[in-house]
Amino acid sequence: MHKPIVLLGGAAALVLLAGCATQKKDYTAFLNHQPKSVLVLPPLNQSLDVKATYGVLSTVTRPLAEMGYYVFPVAVIDLLMKENGLPTAYEMHQVPLNKIDEIIHPDAILYMSVEEYGTKYSILDSSTIVRLGARLVDVESGDLLWTGHVDVRVSGSQNSGGGIIGMLVSSAVNQVVASSTDKAHGIAGQANAQLLTTPNRGLLYGPYHPKFGLDGK
Amino acid sequence: MKPAFLFAGLAAALALAGCTSQKPLYYWGSYEQNVYDMYIVPDKATAEKQVEDLEADFERARSAGRPVPPGFQAHLGHLYFQLGKLDLARRAFESEKAAFPESAVLMDRFIKKLEG
Repeated sequence: MHKPIVLLGGAAALVLLAGCATQKKDYTAFLNHQPKSVLVLPPLNQSLDVKATYGVLSTVTRPLAEMGYYVFPVAVIDLLMKENGLPTAYEMHQVPLNKIDEIIHPDAILYMSVEEYGTKYSILDSSTIVRLGARLVDVESGDLLWTGHVDVRVSGSQNSGGGIIGMLVSSAVNQVVASSTDKAHGIAGQANAQLLTTPNRGLLYGPYHPKFGLDGK
Repeated sequence: MKPAFLFAGLAAALALAGCTSQKPLYYWGSYEQNVYDMYIVPDKATAEKQVEDLEADFERARSAGRPVPPGFQAHLGHLYFQLGKLDLARRAFESEKAAFPESAVLMDRFIKKLEG
């Protein structure tokens, strides 16, 4: 007669697990190469906002390093590339792997593109969107180790109050403020974290993480 | 009967533990904000101002007994280089390399550049 309780506990465990892992990803290539260090190149910008490339680049180091990887200094790399005649992300993404290996020597390169970045406004609401695509490539072999995609949307109405007039006013104020601030920057950090650290969809733990070697099998 | 009940509870607890985040590996401070400001609001991120922020972060990390993140010392070293403080630049590049040997090829390249 205790069976229902046990069953319930088991079901709860299953539901919780399902919250972490939705689909199974193939990590075979990743495990074969087991990168320790990652070079992140400035992301390609397919959005309409010029701030997208650096809004995303400036928030990618933290989730990647907290997963246990060495992450090359993103701004220093960007400057190094520019000094060497590569003025844009597009040109940086074309550099042959052996050249990058010789000069920087990363185990893997994270190539990203920002598909959407910014805040959309309607009369009563706004929504901030960051959509990213990414691939992790092994430098020595050129093998594709991992791909990921993320779409984060946050509604601006979540923190407005004061009824319909308040909403109208805050919507108008938002529009004015938005031209000088970059709400998507905050969302970019969230998008990067979701992209790289979600269990069974993001990267596996790297060598600096205490759980290194325990996942992905 | 009881052990079975306990087991189910344990399974749920374990599953939860798999989701919860643990303490960060690094002391982050203002490193990423400085990178953002460099490109988007450069007036707020001159080399002098960034050095001031990062040196303060470094002290805070040290007194908290926590490591600074990958790239932090290399970024600081590059700022010192821009300001012509070559000894400090070299020391920062050496520290990056000591903390993270994966950076050795690039750090050696920078150190060589300092020697001109």
